[in-house]
Amino acid sequence: MTTVTADPAPSSTTPPGRSARTSRLRRSWDKHWYAWAMVLPVVIVLAVLIFYPLFRGIWLSFTDLTEANQVAEICTKSITGSEVCRDNPNKWEFVGLDNYVRVLTGQVGDFWQWTGVTLIWTFVCVAFHFGLGLGLATMLNRPMWGRSMYRVLLVLPWAVPAFVSAFAWKFIFNERFGLANALLSAIGIDSVSWFADRWTALLTAIVTNIWLGVPFMMVALLGGMQTIPSELYEAAEIDGASPWQRFVNITLPGLRPVSMTVVLLGTIWTFNMFPIIFLVTEGQPAGQSEILVTGAYRAAFEGIRNYSLASTYGVLILSILLVFSVFYRRALRKQGEVW
Amino acid sequence: MAQARRPGRSRRNPVKSVLLHGTLILASLIAIGPIAWVLLSSLKPGYAIQSSELTLFRDTTLANYSYVLTSTNFPRWFLNSVIVAAFTMGIGIFLSATTGYAVSRFNFPGRRPLMMVFLVTQMFPVAILIVPIYTIMARLGLINTMPALIIAYLTIAVPFCAWMLKGYFDSIPTSLDEAAALDGCGPFATFWRVVLPLARPAVAVTAFYTFLTAWGEVAYASAFIQTDNKFTLAYGLQQFVPQFNPQWEYLTAAAVLVTVPAGLVFFFAQKHLVSGLTAGGTKG
Repeated sequence: MTTVTADPAPSSTTPPGRSARTSRLRRSWDKHWYAWAMVLPVVIVLAVLIFYPLFRGIWLSFTDLTEANQVAEICTKSITGSEVCRDNPNKWEFVGLDNYVRVLTGQVGDFWQWTGVTLIWTFVCVAFHFGLGLGLATMLNRPMWGRSMYRVLLVLPWAVPAFVSAFAWKFIFNERFGLANALLSAIGIDSVSWFADRWTALLTAIVTNIWLGVPFMMVALLGGMQTIPSELYEAAEIDGASPWQRFVNITLPGLRPVSMTVVLLGTIWTFNMFPIIFLVTEGQPAGQSEILVTGAYRAAFEGIRNYSLASTYGVLILSILLVFSVFYRRALRKQGEVW
Repeated sequence: MAQARRPGRSRRNPVKSVLLHGTLILASLIAIGPIAWVLLSSLKPGYAIQSSELTLFRDTTLANYSYVLTSTNFPRWFLNSVIVAAFTMGIGIFLSATTGYAVSRFNFPGRRPLMMVFLVTQMFPVAILIVPIYTIMARLGLINTMPALIIAYLTIAVPFCAWMLKGYFDSIPTSLDEAAALDGCGPFATFWRVVLPLARPAVAVTAFYTFLTAWGEVAYASAFIQTDNKFTLAYGLQQFVPQFNPQWEYLTAAAVLVTVPAGLVFFFAQKHLVSGLTAGGTKG
């Protein structure tokens, strides 16, 4: 870019060998400079705040950096008042794959347990998001009395910030005075101490996240349904197709582009969903309901801050998601989806 | 098909109709139930909340609200959140709209990789970025300041919003751009005067999404902000429910107050939600 702008001379004056390339660059610049100007701020922000940190994070995962060994020099005040600095003998250093070995063999943290919880959490949440979202969208997609009112009511959870929902549901699942236990005892079931067992604790977080995430799916799928031409349904009806046949043969295929995208995004978002687990279960009991992101966050910012360990988890999480996306895209392409 | 004689909406048979409305009413109750319960609880005094007896109303009072608003740092946190969310929203919309437009209209080298990057950034877990970003912010002296949060939230919101807006811009016919160019508009003027006004629904969705991202983010807010008067709501509210002696009466009142602005933004965006999201989803 700079070479082209710094060269104001028209390409006709430059020797032919060089000019071919410069003029191509120049034409590209003339043609696209406003496009580049428009994307430039975002590219800079992404480069500085996502890609530089990403590579630094990957590099940190090969070191043993913690809060305790991060300083390069230790300075002590001498009697005269001047500072004497010497190199920190325990300074952080490159340790190769040590972090990965320790994490993957279970010497540190509970990687495999957290992975298991994360997979269950992601699968159950996305399945319910999609299933309920699809069901509600189908119901709302037909003319009926009170449709827009239902739509506004059903979309409401989306308007509530995630951390408020987290607190609200934690309040509802309170053991002593929560609504959940009160309703259970009303139908004659003993109250449950939700956060004392890992499965019930996970259940509270899953319920919260399902409640929070269904509106997005519902709205996206409803939008997708409204782009399906109504002539298809009319033709199918004339041919005597039942509502179920119409749903399977017209609605579902018509929704494919939307549903593929929202399932992929939903999976990634749920996998990395931080506030719900962090605030609702807080990992109770004893870190057993922790998912990978919250576990990694606690490694980085609680106790002695183990920055390198957190980065190691980060790299592992990213790898899992990348592998998933590659397979997902490949599966889509095999079915002829251009995306 | 006996009912089919009457046109339109009343031809569904009554049993199905009851089932349909029953399901939707149940779903609506589940959707608003927790919000309503928190709202009702916020009007009860502490001892009534912490009793195992279930009542809708008991000794209704606004004392929790007045305590939260006058005797805690809540108003300060609220202001901080408003500032952070407003700046994130303003800058975020501008950045993602120009980027989305460029990616949608111009076939410049680097366009496809950029689209991929937008999607891939959605996968980056907070765990890997937060430490290096923390270091950068510390080096710039931004730890414990609001710009640190605004910048961090932009990195979350802008890629997704640009991606969504690109899909919407794709659905606006390019003939409009060409007409504007014939009338002597440059690319920037075309974008600003012709395309952006047409994309208002999608911009509303983007604004809503960006606002909620900033309003509800917890991880960065917990890590970057250290002093009480700089907290945003997401972190400040945790102060009401410490491990021991949680003060649910204040938390519920604060939760209601936090939801109101988000609800207002939502109210203005919601009628555009469907059209805005669809375009982004199908054409991404």
